[in-house]
Amino acid sequence: MRILRYKIVKRIETPSTLERIALMVGAVIASILISSVLIIQVNINPFIAYYELFKGAWGSKLALSETLVRFIPLSFTGIAVALAFLGRFWNIGAEGQLYLGALFATVFGISFYGVSPFVLIPIMILAGFLGGSLAALIPAVLRSKYQVDEVVTTLLLNWIILFIVEAIIYGPWRNPVSAWPESPAISVTGELPRIWKGTRLHAGLIIALLVALIYFIIYTRSYWGFEVKLMGINPKAAYVQGMDVVRNLILVALISGGIAGIAGAVELMGIHFHLRENLSLGYGYTGIVVAMLGLLHPIGVVLAAFFMATIETGSQAMYRATGIPYPLAYVIEGVTLVFVLIAVFFMEYRLEKVEEER
Amino acid sequence: MIPPDLLTAVFWVSVLGLTFKMAVPLIYGTIGEAFAERAGILNLGIEGMMLMGAAVAYVVAYHTNNVWLAFLISGIAGLLMGVLMAVLSVTLGVQQHVAGLAITILGSGLSFYIYRISVPTPGGVPPHINPFPAIYIPGISDNPYLGPIFSQPLPAYIAILAVIIAWFIFYKTNLGMQIRAVGENPKAADTAGINVFLIRYISLMIAGFLIALGGSWLSTAHSSLFLPGMTQGRGWISIALVVFGMWDPKKILLGAFIFGGIDAFQLSLQAIGYFNIPYQLFFTLPYIMTIVALVIVSRRVVYPSALLIPYRREEA
Repeated sequence: MRILRYKIVKRIETPSTLERIALMVGAVIASILISSVLIIQVNINPFIAYYELFKGAWGSKLALSETLVRFIPLSFTGIAVALAFLGRFWNIGAEGQLYLGALFATVFGISFYGVSPFVLIPIMILAGFLGGSLAALIPAVLRSKYQVDEVVTTLLLNWIILFIVEAIIYGPWRNPVSAWPESPAISVTGELPRIWKGTRLHAGLIIALLVALIYFIIYTRSYWGFEVKLMGINPKAAYVQGMDVVRNLILVALISGGIAGIAGAVELMGIHFHLRENLSLGYGYTGIVVAMLGLLHPIGVVLAAFFMATIETGSQAMYRATGIPYPLAYVIEGVTLVFVLIAVFFMEYRLEKVEEER
Repeated sequence: MIPPDLLTAVFWVSVLGLTFKMAVPLIYGTIGEAFAERAGILNLGIEGMMLMGAAVAYVVAYHTNNVWLAFLISGIAGLLMGVLMAVLSVTLGVQQHVAGLAITILGSGLSFYIYRISVPTPGGVPPHINPFPAIYIPGISDNPYLGPIFSQPLPAYIAILAVIIAWFIFYKTNLGMQIRAVGENPKAADTAGINVFLIRYISLMIAGFLIALGGSWLSTAHSSLFLPGMTQGRGWISIALVVFGMWDPKKILLGAFIFGGIDAFQLSLQAIGYFNIPYQLFFTLPYIMTIVALVIVSRRVVYPSALLIPYRREEA
């Protein structure tokens, strides 16, 4: 296949780590440049807009703490998606898994008032994990038993779970104090402690980094991580090698869903304290961008989550300062993913100029 | 006990009328997706394309007060997104799953952004446009039973027409033969002199065009406003429906009406409010039914052989 006067040639050598990082940074820069077209469209200088964006994300204690608060759920969902994609389990259901995790955690949070935080917090986190796992188990089983494409089932489950959560918070759990469509407040002892005085930054950050560390160990040090990668690259070879592919697929789904579920539990326990329908601002979907931008690598995912948190938090400040609608953040996310794909292409292929053929 | 409303003709007439309305975006979306998948490309960008179609149609109708222009331009916006999908999945041959998701995330963000910069009063009550009127069919529109069912805005009938045209293209034209060939065996098609890349580009452009029209129905015919994320996962239902309908326009039409019917039935049940069940649980019905349908057909489904596999001449 030729593109203009170039032809696509498969690369023999694997790109170095440095080159991979450079390509990803290039993707980010390209997406920021392209997105500035939309800023010019509303007659605002993109330099001023982006200055306001980064100032609003990093420029003060409050700004930085809010970016870190946003980093927490994005890091969870990013790792959840990364692990799933590593094993080629196309989990697009992190959003639903997050909500089912939050729902499970809420059950304990509103039933065990006053139980010691040393007991309640771990129980709620575990409940979140189980809720998320359960949501991911259904598509995993349907795929291994009936060959039903998990992309569709995980996506549809997002909606099903969201409606179930709404039915509960508009119905039986409606907050008796405020009559808002939200659950009653969870026990104070189930709240995650604040870790930066005067800000909303909570101990979920520590849990997020811990989960990232566990993923790092799985990715770089464990035999199971190797199996998952092999399963992702070549499931037939994995099967021939005697690997239990079905078991590994279900395990990947359970852990991936569980991590997304923890995101829900942690948002509940660190920020909202009530189960609400806006508990997640699309974190499950942004997790896909985070995972891809991070090249599914633990360190990459953490950095990508921080970058996306910066864009999302900063775009709110940019909106207040310049009036540019904050959905620009989501445009940047989409464009970034497009450029990430192009960058990934250049890791495997290169363009070679062809001489005029006769 | 059966609630008395369920036994009246008025109830069922309104359910059937709503069925048609709910089926229209599914028809456009699924027929469009069939073009992509027949050519070997799984297009997960459908949700984003549909949202772009809805936003562009709304914005054009808002500024020009011309719904037909809105209809056309929304289709072109979808076509352009189809081109982007083709660049990623055909020219570069990247993972189709992720390429589609990129289109969807981009489309969701961009539709929201375009809407916000084009409409003067963000927040508050979104301004309404003058939507497509229901067409008047002499002898039918005034009939109390047939009128509510068949007196629909014209794009609903264009959707039916699109099904017929798609059927004709797939089975009666050279182009359709080529589309199916590149989706089944691109190497053989290439050997036979078919331009695999061109056919896949054309298929994705048709797909984007039709899918966006499905979105335009939501904002300029079924309702008269745009809401961020207003497609509510209809794109994903189309992805499932195309499997359920086995890539065959006739079966797709049937499937779209079945699922439109489920949607209409749950909305109508909720409207009469007889059941002491939270209405949100009714909302889950179409999504659950879609999963159930997928499980039922999964055993005998034969996917286009080259689906998900990028074609590279040197490696084939």
